Amino acid sequence: MPTITIDNKKVEFEDGMTVMQACELAGAEIPRFCYHEKLSIAGNCRMCLVEMEKAPKPIASCAMPAGDGMVIKTNTETVQKARKGVMEFLLINHPLDCPICDQGGECDLQDQALHYGFDKSRYEENKRAVKNKHMGPLVSTIMTRCIHCTRCVRFSTEVAGVDDLGLLGRGENAEITTYLEKTIDSELSGNVIDLCPVGALTNKPYAFKSRPWELHKTETHDVLDGVGSSIRVDTRGKQVLRVLPRINEDTNEEWINDKTRFAIDGLSKQRLDKVYIKNENKLMVTDWNTALKKIKDELDIRGKEKTITLSGKFTDTETIIAAKLFSEGLGSSLYDCRFDNAQIIHGESESYKFNSSIQEIENADSILLVGSNPRWEASVLNARIRKAYINNNCKIGLIGPDIDLNYAYTKISNSLSGLDDIKQKKSEFSKNFYNSKNPLIIIGTSAINNSQGAAVLKLCADIAKKLPNYSNALNPLNVLNQDISRVGALELGFVNKYFDENFIYNLRENIKINKPVIFLLGLDEIDPKTFEGAFIVYLGHHGDLNAHHADIVLPTPAYTEKTSTFMNIEGRVIQTSRCHNPFGEAKEEWKIFRALSNLLNCSIKFNNLNDVRKQLIEINKNFLEIMECNNSANLSFASAEVINDHNIAYNISNFYMNDSISRSSETMAKCTNEILNKAQAS
Amino acid sequence: MLREEDKIFKNLYGFDDWSLKGAKQREVWSNTKEIIEKGSDFIVEEIKSSQLRGRGGAGFPAGLKWSFMPKDSGKPHYLVVNADESEPGTCKDREIMRNDPHLLLEGCLVAGFAMHANACYIYIRGEYYSEASNLQKAIDEAYANNLIGKNACGTNWDYDIYLHRGAGAYICGEETALLESLEGKKGQPRLKPPFPAGAGLYGCPTTVTNVETIAVAPTIIRRGASWFNSLGRENNTGTKIFSISGHVNNPCNVEEEMGIGLKELIETHAGGVIGGWDNLLAVIPGGASVPLIPKSICDSVKMDFDSLKEVQSGLGTAAVIVMNKSTDIVDAICRLSHFYKHESCGQCTPCREGTGWMFRMMEKMVKGNAEVNDIDKLLDVTKQIEGHTICALGDAAAWPIQGLMRHFRSEVERRIKENRISEVA
Repeated sequence: MPTITIDNKKVEFEDGMTVMQACELAGAEIPRFCYHEKLSIAGNCRMCLVEMEKAPKPIASCAMPAGDGMVIKTNTETVQKARKGVMEFLLINHPLDCPICDQGGECDLQDQALHYGFDKSRYEENKRAVKNKHMGPLVSTIMTRCIHCTRCVRFSTEVAGVDDLGLLGRGENAEITTYLEKTIDSELSGNVIDLCPVGALTNKPYAFKSRPWELHKTETHDVLDGVGSSIRVDTRGKQVLRVLPRINEDTNEEWINDKTRFAIDGLSKQRLDKVYIKNENKLMVTDWNTALKKIKDELDIRGKEKTITLSGKFTDTETIIAAKLFSEGLGSSLYDCRFDNAQIIHGESESYKFNSSIQEIENADSILLVGSNPRWEASVLNARIRKAYINNNCKIGLIGPDIDLNYAYTKISNSLSGLDDIKQKKSEFSKNFYNSKNPLIIIGTSAINNSQGAAVLKLCADIAKKLPNYSNALNPLNVLNQDISRVGALELGFVNKYFDENFIYNLRENIKINKPVIFLLGLDEIDPKTFEGAFIVYLGHHGDLNAHHADIVLPTPAYTEKTSTFMNIEGRVIQTSRCHNPFGEAKEEWKIFRALSNLLNCSIKFNNLNDVRKQLIEINKNFLEIMECNNSANLSFASAEVINDHNIAYNISNFYMNDSISRSSETMAKCTNEILNKAQAS
Repeated sequence: MLREEDKIFKNLYGFDDWSLKGAKQREVWSNTKEIIEKGSDFIVEEIKSSQLRGRGGAGFPAGLKWSFMPKDSGKPHYLVVNADESEPGTCKDREIMRNDPHLLLEGCLVAGFAMHANACYIYIRGEYYSEASNLQKAIDEAYANNLIGKNACGTNWDYDIYLHRGAGAYICGEETALLESLEGKKGQPRLKPPFPAGAGLYGCPTTVTNVETIAVAPTIIRRGASWFNSLGRENNTGTKIFSISGHVNNPCNVEEEMGIGLKELIETHAGGVIGGWDNLLAVIPGGASVPLIPKSICDSVKMDFDSLKEVQSGLGTAAVIVMNKSTDIVDAICRLSHFYKHESCGQCTPCREGTGWMFRMMEKMVKGNAEVNDIDKLLDVTKQIEGHTICALGDAAAWPIQGLMRHFRSEVERRIKENRISEVA
């Protein structure tokens, strides 16, 4: 390996590293503003200047490729003077309004000024003032603070794929702007807040709410989409004040989407914090004992073995296993998680997982999207597709109606007939698809939420098997589920063939005949009319759609209020942490089922969370290792099915308000108004 | 004084026909095919041994620069001619393009062939309207006569020349900003490395060269490197067009031998300083971005790269700006500071923030509305910019002020003191 000498210390480095990275290997800290690992190199802040032997001038270490035998000095007088100089230049036109700046306490400029700057200002001229720009309901701007590092511009053009941000003007008059004073048209726009090294772009809903040192910080995972992004939740008391991404190369890299970041105000609105019971068609507050007793009575009357249990978008696996064991204890196996009617091949985990892993997308040179709008279904995953598009010139084909993805794609068809095209290698894209090195298939829920769903999966598996990169190690067939609960529930067998093909119809028919007790585990995605005649027990945290129609409402904690295990779309086991205590009388679902089983004398073996988790592992070994996923590549269900033509319609109509939490969020309502409705109007 | 037969630019003043017919009478395009047939290595070697240094300001050895172009990169190679002549005081390329455009075009073919390029872009300053018009006509003529295009000059070498008009930003004269602009992007300098010879225009090997450097190349090959380097002195060889402006009786462009005395240059060609040599205050010898030199140095300094470097100035583009004693020297430099503040692209911190700061401090110096130690602060700020920026504009903004303070600090101090006294009164 080549070596480089940094401050008289020899270190080995990998080819392709920059001097800055080599310096980090050597333990020499290099201050920087514009450099960011995930973005292209701009080299414009000049803070990272170091001395290189034989070079007449100090060099920008972020941009200089490290070379064998280079001699770098990071702590000489020249370097210190250069840093001091740059620091002074950055500060002369900076307003120094730290006491009223939201970035205060976590500001790169503040920190580095302390370490590398002068102790006083020599600038006696007037400071520059810059007009603030409108960037929508999420990002607040104080442009006078901007130091022109262009991280936000590079992020929006490179990662988010929108040309809404740019640097206009030149010299002193250079300004970061949205050109037309419009909202950034991206689901990832909030990331510019984290990227901004100063307080120019800040979190609008969080404005003036808190100082970073007042916050309780908890590392956990997001549950608002299937990716399970790593996040940090900042709370004060029982209020979640903000969500920040954590670096996780497996899932979200360094980004999170705007729903993850901003829907949190929904966590303190419309909350269920008391037990309710329906009395004369009105929900009245009651206590746990009365409610559980009523459930027991209803179960006894309506027939335990007819009980139906349905999971929702955020149902953790602890709840699933408890509900499953409880239901089986009652003698019923009528439970399911596929409320959106997404079909699977029973017993085949490859038919519902994102088998290739999210990271593998980066290597793809051809991707076939079948009935999926990844931009809305998993925004950070879509950023990877865009990465492949940019880095590998990845070709993307779309079977489904036209959508605004932030990369170019080849439209194959509006309907499932496009699969026939791929199968028979009719179009140019189809031919190239089989010939590319690393093709991937991504199937969205919208392609399989119909009676042909299983056939679509079989056919896609057949196509996947014929792809050149299909091997024991890599399975190019991917199903992109939209919810964090889905894969975990399916892995635990929380599914019943009875509900296959047409979930709603089958459910309605069953209810018509049996009039059973139905447990809804936070399920709000189904029209309440479907349940007419049944006795509804709603377990959940938001008074959204179905809680109003329930006969009993049992409050449970939201994802920030309990520690849970989930499986993300890849089958990766993730564990969330409790960020603060639950509201009111809320209790974890497994405790509720444990208490019910006592009343009903059905034997449930667990007594604490550890017991529940042991059960998980007992049923499915995949739950053993946290943050790991064990995926196979057998595709034994592959068969060249013939698909009847069926028009695809994407099942998400509003990215911003797509679940009970985000539907309760004011910020998300604003986004819907300002971003979606405006886009539709124009 | 340069002998008439040693002059390369025989129609510098436009007295003769600039079109192909006239050019051919001046031996332009006379034996281009023979030159090309000597091969690219020969051309590069010949330019190397002629010791020709780039005429755009930095004075980098031209042959060496051309030899950086890879031999076999598998990508198209480009020659880009920098005709974005915007350095204040400089007007030499303009005369070449409007009065002898074929000299440039022949140079483009010879130099382009030497660096294995099949295409050449001439990036001309937007304000040069009639120059662009003449040049385009000359390009059309050259195509029509098969001097360029497919099988240029019958050499089996395909060569296209495109003329691109800029929009008048000074920064687009910086080679990498020029490439950005040529690619249709905002004219902001790129980080180096990679250097253009490795990844230039559209990521392909590219050499960016000044008009004059390219225009002299065919004559050097035709007359031999030894002829060229017999003029001037070691490492500062050949002839050079000097643009003399300011307080002289006869401002002009003139082709002279490198190393001619500054006094001789002004007296012989520009009719002397207005009010006589003793009325001279200072000279900026190489375009706005080099430090000025006071009369005491002007008396004896020779006009070449190394001599001017010895007196802490530079030859730059050889645009000699003469200022006699009627000049408010502080205000003159302040005006240059304003220019650099206005033309800074705003990409990197020291230049974006520093040029404005320097200009505002200079404004105060003009009136004397400052403290004496503000001079040191100003100098310190110039040092903080110099060498810390992506391109040389930061240096160019810093040097004139450093030059002023080096030679005229007493004048600035006098103003500060007088201002103090008048304030007290």
